Amino acid sequence: MKHRNGETTLDATDLKILEILQENARLAYSDIGKRLGLAHSTIFERIKKMEANGIIAQYTVKVDLERMGTKKLMAMMTIYTDPKESEKVAEQLGKLPQIIEIYTSLSEELLIIAKVIAEDQESLHALIANSVAPLEGVLRIRTSIVTKKFKETQPSIGAIADKLTFIKRARNINRGKGT
Amino acid sequence: MNPNIAPDIFAVLPREKAFYFFTSIGNYTGVNASSLNEFAEKIREVNVKSLEFHLNRGDFEKWLTEVLQDTEIAEEIRKLKRLNLAGDDLRNHLCETVSRRLEHSKSPL
Repeated sequence: MKHRNGETTLDATDLKILEILQENARLAYSDIGKRLGLAHSTIFERIKKMEANGIIAQYTVKVDLERMGTKKLMAMMTIYTDPKESEKVAEQLGKLPQIIEIYTSLSEELLIIAKVIAEDQESLHALIANSVAPLEGVLRIRTSIVTKKFKETQPSIGAIADKLTFIKRARNINRGKGT
Repeated sequence: MNPNIAPDIFAVLPREKAFYFFTSIGNYTGVNASSLNEFAEKIREVNVKSLEFHLNRGDFEKWLTEVLQDTEIAEEIRKLKRLNLAGDDLRNHLCETVSRRLEHSKSPL
């Protein structure tokens, strides 16, 4: 990892470490080292640097709520907002624990897209009617209840690697060295 | 003052106590009412699906009783529900009921 003009640049080894951690964040430094043919101290240092720089933002647990027996309903809300108020609306939505993801989008109108979880349809409706619709700047709301989940992943480092110019550079260097 | 009139019938409510018209679970039309007067106006123009949705759920009665504290009109609307009305028939009956209540409230003893 290099720093230049305030920008952090990852090299191919950092990216491989991130790919491995995305698969299993509980692997020991020595296990990651074995897979990459590097010393565990090298892995340790690189991971610590990526943590310090915020590239590794968090280690977390992915809980399968269905297996836990908690039948939660999930819905996607599209909130049409007054452009002047949209930031405030998004901030207010962020305070509601039932809303787990919030995005803004600009199509014909300014939209906020939010993922929400609730116990059942009635509590979903109560949340939207009592806590979302009354927010100043909310023009109207469309809600779709999720019926089946086909895929839910984080973007894989490997899948987006070719889109990043600095990685291409690193790969070309590696190819030049015959590695 | 007419003693039958609930104290909050002409009150203009804060945003969090207004009535928000939905057409189905989570689908807000963008129409809301902060007083009984405004409610009377909005039920004339809102999508009729919204009227059917809220009448079947008992939301009108709940808001009129709990927020506007007007049990009299709430009872009138409960009676409407039993008629199983839909579409413009429902809208017309609902408008008539609310207008009647407003007129009655304004008239002296």
